[in-house]
Amino acid sequence: MTEFLQHLINGLSVGTIYALVALGYTMVYGVLKLINFAHGDVYMVGAFAGYYLAGTVTSEQATLGRASLITLASMLICGAVGYVIERFAYRPLRHRARLTALITAIGVSFLLEYGFQLDAIIKKPIEFPPGPSPRFFPVLLDLGDPFTFLDVTVPKFDVLAIAVAAALMVGLQLIVYRTRFGTAMRAVSFDSNVAGLMGIPVNRIISGTFVLGSMLAAAAGVINAGARHKIDPLFGLIPGLKAFVAAVLGGIGSVPGAMVGGLVLGLAEEFVVGYTASSYRDAIAFTILILVLLLKPQGILGRVTVEKV
Amino acid sequence: MRLTRTVALTALALIAASCQQKEAPAAPAAPAPAAPAASDKILLGHVASLTGEQATFGDSTDKGIKLAIAEANAKGGVKGKQIDLKTYDDQGKPEEAALAATRLIVQDKVAVILGEVASSRSLAIAPIAESNKVPEISSASTNPRVTKDGDKTRAYVFRVCFIDPFQGTVMAKFATENLKIKNVAILRDVGNDYSVGLADFFSKKFQELGGKIVSDQSYKAGDQDFKAQLTAIKGKKPEMIYVPGYYTDVALIGRQARELGIKVPLAGGDGWDSAKLYEIAQGALDGSFFSNHYSTENQAPVIQDFVKKYKDAYGSVPDALAALGYDAAKVAIDAIGRAKDLTGPSIRDAIEQTKDFPGVTGVITLDADHNAVKSAVVLGIEKNAQKYVTTVNP
Repeated sequence: MTEFLQHLINGLSVGTIYALVALGYTMVYGVLKLINFAHGDVYMVGAFAGYYLAGTVTSEQATLGRASLITLASMLICGAVGYVIERFAYRPLRHRARLTALITAIGVSFLLEYGFQLDAIIKKPIEFPPGPSPRFFPVLLDLGDPFTFLDVTVPKFDVLAIAVAAALMVGLQLIVYRTRFGTAMRAVSFDSNVAGLMGIPVNRIISGTFVLGSMLAAAAGVINAGARHKIDPLFGLIPGLKAFVAAVLGGIGSVPGAMVGGLVLGLAEEFVVGYTASSYRDAIAFTILILVLLLKPQGILGRVTVEKV
Repeated sequence: MRLTRTVALTALALIAASCQQKEAPAAPAAPAPAAPAASDKILLGHVASLTGEQATFGDSTDKGIKLAIAEANAKGGVKGKQIDLKTYDDQGKPEEAALAATRLIVQDKVAVILGEVASSRSLAIAPIAESNKVPEISSASTNPRVTKDGDKTRAYVFRVCFIDPFQGTVMAKFATENLKIKNVAILRDVGNDYSVGLADFFSKKFQELGGKIVSDQSYKAGDQDFKAQLTAIKGKKPEMIYVPGYYTDVALIGRQARELGIKVPLAGGDGWDSAKLYEIAQGALDGSFFSNHYSTENQAPVIQDFVKKYKDAYGSVPDALAALGYDAAKVAIDAIGRAKDLTGPSIRDAIEQTKDFPGVTGVITLDADHNAVKSAVVLGIEKNAQKYVTTVNP
């Protein structure tokens, strides 16, 4: 029982990270029908932004204020990165075949990954690009000993992380369903041409979607780095792919679906690794992808869409 | 119009192809013995992971080698020539290590390759050195397959450190006899030859000595989250967890183990040896042990002398990788001095005859399998720093 509960807690902790990144995938797909493969690397950029901010711009003490400042600032930086990517890599290709944009997305992904592995060009005040060696995120918050109940240990930072992620997801739900911007986003995802005819500034809405998704990825990056500490330029690749699987699992294009998919994937990973051979960790995500596409392609919360010719 | 375009394109393609040929690196197929570039300098090559997950391994080894070369040059070099070093960074990737080794042999024409620290990368370099007849000395690779190709010993590959069958035994004996531990869990890096090999040797010896392996989990290098494996291990209640991995992953495993409330000591091998281990672990590994090649607390004059010289040159305490790099370079230089001439086969013969060479990490005699038979030390970690515990002889 203890082991089961511990795996449950670990799975929720890992799942919230996947959920936050999956939200970016699902929103961009909903609006542009584009799978933004560079999103995992935006997550990586967010973690590095947090690392640089923590190391240089702020003071040394681990306080809640400093942690919030770092998270917010890296969210803003990543929002800007997302905007730049959309503006210069995807917008010019919007009226081309979907395959073109997909391959560009892969290109942007490589650009970020290998660009960050170059030797440092700027040396002061930060070493940028960071190079291939891993960096270690400083302790963001020292919350003391973990909670223990029934011999299950729950680190306090994980509880805070889950709470922050939940708050961000609720915030996103409010934006998508209760604001004009959200309504415009949903309109553009139904049919962007007609939405444009109705007077919705389609370009701005799409940019806004990217910015929002990237901000969430940055938050996920900082939260993950705060708990697991090690960051390097290639570490966004696998979580990005897994978040994509999570988005598909939950129903790509559906915001609640991404959250559910992320949590389910995180839990599935922890349980399978914990109870069977641990070398199957990465295989779980891709097995789930194959099963979902074979059995229920619309995902858990997705809608079956019929294409009329 | 179309004809002109075709002709132009063909011409461009031909020009492009001919430009490529000048810089195409030769595949490892040339069987002729590669003689080092005839000049007034003897060139040693070094393939190192100066960046990447095991950056301190390459950096320390390089510093140790440079120190040895500087010393030799101050005494007039070898065979009347000064010694030079060419180091390539393989970023911690075996493919890059193979590329770097090929470049050293074909482009730079080095006399000896000072091979990699990580066994997986030395295994990538070994066949290249072998087929090009350039001797390779690995400073710290401990997997037995580096010098042995199946049942045959590789003629051109040597090492100056002990091998994992011995290292696994060291920790197994230490756990059984010193710590009186009966139940151990293993957490190995499944993609790493060194880790898998060492875990297997430890497991075999520990069970021979009457212990029980209660859990055998694995992770992949670069993984960030080990909690699933650690939770499974925690459920089986081991008295110790054997983690024969590299320092970056081990330190994170230590931290996450403590976060999960696992209080038992961890143990490991020489892959733990790095100043960064303590930086990352931040006290999580206190009370743990690992086997290593030497200890700076050993008062033997040859060791203290080396530590002082290293500190004066670089301002930091040398880890085992630096000491092994130093020894490997010195063995190479000594062999070049004894060799008949400067061709690969002669240097190789001289290296093979290395006997009772006084190294910092012990007296180096290369056995029939081109491995050094030396003792190991067990180091403990207290207050986030290493502490000598005991020596185990072969």
